[in-house]
Amino acid sequence: MIPLLACVLLILLGFYAVIVKRNIIKIIIGFSLMEYGVNFFFALIGFKRGALAPIITDTTMARNFVDPVPQALVLTSIVIGLATTALMLALAMRIYEKYRTFDITEIRKLRG
Amino acid sequence: MPELYVLLVAMIAAAVVAIEIKDLLAAAVSLGMVGFSVSIAFILVQAPDLAIVQIVVEVLTVVFFAAVILRTTHIAPDAGRRIRGEMILPVVVFGAFALFFFGLAVQVFRELPPFGSPQMWVAAHYITAGLEQTGAANVVAAIILDYRAYDTLGEAVVLFTAVVGVLTIARQFGRKGREGNGGE
Amino acid sequence: MTTIVQTVSGIVGGMMFLFGGYVVLHGHLTPGGGFAGGVIVAASFVLMSLAFGSVEDSERSSYRFSSFFESLGGLSFILIGLFGYFAGHAFLNNLWHAVGQPLRLVSAGIIPLANIAIGIKVGAGLWAIFLALGASRFAMKD
Repeated sequence: MIPLLACVLLILLGFYAVIVKRNIIKIIIGFSLMEYGVNFFFALIGFKRGALAPIITDTTMARNFVDPVPQALVLTSIVIGLATTALMLALAMRIYEKYRTFDITEIRKLRG
Repeated sequence: MPELYVLLVAMIAAAVVAIEIKDLLAAAVSLGMVGFSVSIAFILVQAPDLAIVQIVVEVLTVVFFAAVILRTTHIAPDAGRRIRGEMILPVVVFGAFALFFFGLAVQVFRELPPFGSPQMWVAAHYITAGLEQTGAANVVAAIILDYRAYDTLGEAVVLFTAVVGVLTIARQFGRKGREGNGGE
Repeated sequence: MTTIVQTVSGIVGGMMFLFGGYVVLHGHLTPGGGFAGGVIVAASFVLMSLAFGSVEDSERSSYRFSSFFESLGGLSFILIGLFGYFAGHAFLNNLWHAVGQPLRLVSAGIIPLANIAIGIKVGAGLWAIFLALGASRFAMKD
């Protein structure tokens, strides 16, 4: 249970960065940490002690595998995480060009 | 397994550094350290597919972060360490939510099967019948491209949408009144 | 960039592209597949762009190149799905899954073809994101 709780701690750390921090880049780092934590949590759920990776190397082998379904779900989620992080970074770049700061308390003045 | 616990400690420590450090470029590099630890941990829980994807995706994430940070600014102008009045409310709300969520997680994880013995109801069929029904030796590839191919189609659409979004927002050509490097 | 960096990046970039293609093609036999191989191919393009820099009009043609290949990858994935539909089964059904023997390169029906389509799409998409964030302009400064 301890690795699962460590994943929850990673997710909470990312959530802390999203809620409390004032710099936009730190907020995006928080989102990225939350994604890493959730993906790792899924991979941990399917783990079986003493089992092998789900690759069949010989048609007569004993198929003592870990659970492949969470791995299949997480595989696409990792790449989608990269795409959404890039989208957030593009928005942050445009915000900096317009307001000259990354601080969200000064961006609220809605200039321009 | 003791290696997994060492990696978990490294992950949490690098995450704390990435959040709290002032220099933005150092925070991006710490995020890379978190990604590396997650990737090695994926190997330890017998998921080599995920380890490959996580390593390259994390390298590209750090490259994208460094690109945006170097175009704009380096140092986070977080004004000092004094506790400002407007920071008390978010921290208190977060603290209450974190305690509640963590307590709920501990209660829920007691109901799960013990760590290291998953249920595998759906996966039992995929593992035993996968090679004959699809012909692929990699069970994860058989799942994402044969049994659950609609999810891959959805992922392709999401990736396309995100790329179109980034190209529209950060477009260099065709904008009125822009020349050379933006954002000095 | 200096001569050492450019020479080494030229060699390593070519090997990375080849390795990415290998990971995509053998996705049904070894760990990897379309997503991992596609991101490796994108990383090889990123390395070449950072080492050699770029000028204005080569960036414009790189945009068109990458967006063409991304659309090509997406459309081929849907076309591969339509093979199953027009053969009388469901959309994205795995035809030809009994062709060849298991554990060889020619096996598993449409899974290698779908892997190639996904690899092209993901690689070109991430390369286009890198170009849009404008990061390749940094290499021109030194």
